[in-house]
Amino acid sequence: MSNLFTDALRQILADHCSTDVVRQIEIQPDPHTLWDQLDESGFANVLLAESNGGAGLSLRELFPLLELCGQYALPLPFGETIMGRALLSAANINCPKGLISLSQARMVNGVMQCNAVRGGSVSQHVLVCFDGEIRLLSSLQAQRTPDIWSMDATLMWSHEQWKQAPIISSAGNLLEIQAAVCSAYISGALTHVLDTTLQYAGERRQFGQPIAKFQAIQHQLSVMAEHCFAARMAAQMCFQVQQLPLEPLRVAVAKARTSEAALEVASLSHSVHGAIGFTAEYDLQIYTRRLHAWRQTAGSESYWHDVAGAYVTHSKDTSLDILRSATDFITT
Amino acid sequence: MSRLNSLDAQSIPAEDEALRAVVRKFLADTVKNIPPHIRARSWAGYSPEFSRQLGQQGWLGITLPKAYGGGGRSAYARYVLVEEFLNFGAPVGSHWIADRQSGPLILKYGTEAQKIRYLPAICQGNAFFCIGMSEPNSGSDLASVRTHATRNEDGWLLNGQKIWTTNAHHCHFMIALVRTSGEATDRQKGLSQLIVDLSLPGITIRPITDLSGDSHFCEVFFDNVQLSPDALIGAEGDGWDQVIAELAFERSGPERLYSSIVLFDEWLAYIRTPQGHTPQAQRLAGKIVSQLAPLRAMSIAITEQLVRGESPVIEAALVKDLGTGVEQYIPSAIADDLYSRNSSEIPLELLRTLNYVTQVAPSYSLRGGTRDILRGMIARGLGLR
Repeated sequence: MSNLFTDALRQILADHCSTDVVRQIEIQPDPHTLWDQLDESGFANVLLAESNGGAGLSLRELFPLLELCGQYALPLPFGETIMGRALLSAANINCPKGLISLSQARMVNGVMQCNAVRGGSVSQHVLVCFDGEIRLLSSLQAQRTPDIWSMDATLMWSHEQWKQAPIISSAGNLLEIQAAVCSAYISGALTHVLDTTLQYAGERRQFGQPIAKFQAIQHQLSVMAEHCFAARMAAQMCFQVQQLPLEPLRVAVAKARTSEAALEVASLSHSVHGAIGFTAEYDLQIYTRRLHAWRQTAGSESYWHDVAGAYVTHSKDTSLDILRSATDFITT
Repeated sequence: MSRLNSLDAQSIPAEDEALRAVVRKFLADTVKNIPPHIRARSWAGYSPEFSRQLGQQGWLGITLPKAYGGGGRSAYARYVLVEEFLNFGAPVGSHWIADRQSGPLILKYGTEAQKIRYLPAICQGNAFFCIGMSEPNSGSDLASVRTHATRNEDGWLLNGQKIWTTNAHHCHFMIALVRTSGEATDRQKGLSQLIVDLSLPGITIRPITDLSGDSHFCEVFFDNVQLSPDALIGAEGDGWDQVIAELAFERSGPERLYSSIVLFDEWLAYIRTPQGHTPQAQRLAGKIVSQLAPLRAMSIAITEQLVRGESPVIEAALVKDLGTGVEQYIPSAIADDLYSRNSSEIPLELLRTLNYVTQVAPSYSLRGGTRDILRGMIARGLGLR
């Protein structure tokens, strides 16, 4: 069943999310054409119950869809929207039209401020976590300042606006959800970067042969494959559940390991590509800039090492039992 | 990458998981008095008596058919057992190769007579095996082996030399990769696997002292050793393919993740105390766990492929290269953590364990294929060779 969904989403992304479209949205953050296609497809509702207009997918089934978003460098907070709608639906709040970003806020002189919200320039709504409370705010009503990364924006709301926004009482941990989504994005993007780099190394000739024939290059590609493989497994592990909430230890492992891999693989892929990979024209940068951006979203590897480390040091279990609780899945 | 992406997260079946509590209780009783710096020897630890105790419990050759004295269970059952052995630091070295590789190899390629002769003895802990692969001039370039066996009236006449053979001085049998036809320049062609009874005349075994003062590795010399006709295992000339098929078993198991686990647990016990706890240590603990956890899941996913009868050699190479990297990172990072503090406060047994593991850690990434060989195999799997 999930294959049908995967194939359908892959087709939509192949048709409507080419790297040219990604470039266009980066230059002019107007999500409408692409979002209209996705919205029409109903994929934003896949986690909702069938009785509620959704597809009733489990998080396990959602994982390959999020990976595809990473593989196509989808420049919209689509996974966040899917998760956001699941949270809103569980809280019996009607899902608003449009894309939903996720963000942590801080209060500055009575103003609620969310720095560099991922997708903040293209989303219509933001689920904002402040002081343990989650509320749904409108990005359109926020004071919006675009970020260096053009799809992102810093958003500010008055205290009034915050107080009037609906509270999402049943919500899980927003940071964990965003970290999990990013780990799946990273996993998908890593696969694409490895494939692209393999292809380039096979085509680019120097010293009379494809550079893929040089052992030094082969070993760099092998190390990239190792990171991709481990990161994909880490991301997959935290989605081995039916529905929210996620297991915090598994989220920590997923985001930490994928973030480490993002850094390594981005660096190695640029190393193999040489100067061409640094150009705007060549597609590699579309992915490697995202690898860095997603690593820097919802906690870097060290943030989640701290979380996993707190779990480990407060536990009395042996390391094996801790590893088992991170990796033993109940198959349903 | 598509092939690697097909490895999905898997669960250990409940019936195999059920073994864990039983083996854990047994190990808690039998190894509790061994100090951590000795348990840190992991699968290099050696005790024939302990191996026979495991045999009595039915835990050796658990994947072999019951008809040959085995447990008739899946690779998952063995996974659970081995994971527990390694995490307790039980001395599993005597039977290690026989249980992991030689038994399954004999089951797969052996004649009925060979199965009857060797498999029950392996399951009882009465037949210990080593693997004769490397030679003085054939290490990573294994296809260049020169040790040769020539057919004669009585079977095979074996001459040559093996080196770096783990535990040869404590084993009853060696499964040797030797040339049975052609020349060294014929490479993979003309190689066969032979079962060599190490008590035969003409065999000299010399242990090699390693940098820690132990001697796991040996030199083994064959001087006109007369082997019977049934020494050949599998088909003559198929030795190379048979060896390659073994590699997935050898490279993806828990022993590629847990070589430093006794040290890690000792250190965890310390950083869980008020004196030992620091934010830096906590972060490091999280880093190690977040690297080991996906590796365990990968290793289990490969076990699933072995259960299905596949031979995921490339995936196994990947797990071994990454896994031994973490195994080697553990002592180096723990040493840095402990010596970033007032070192006079480090518990003595933790220090001893650290010092032992620090010395032996280089072996993790050379036994069973060096890093560069593994990366070459992965490159081949990626279509680059």
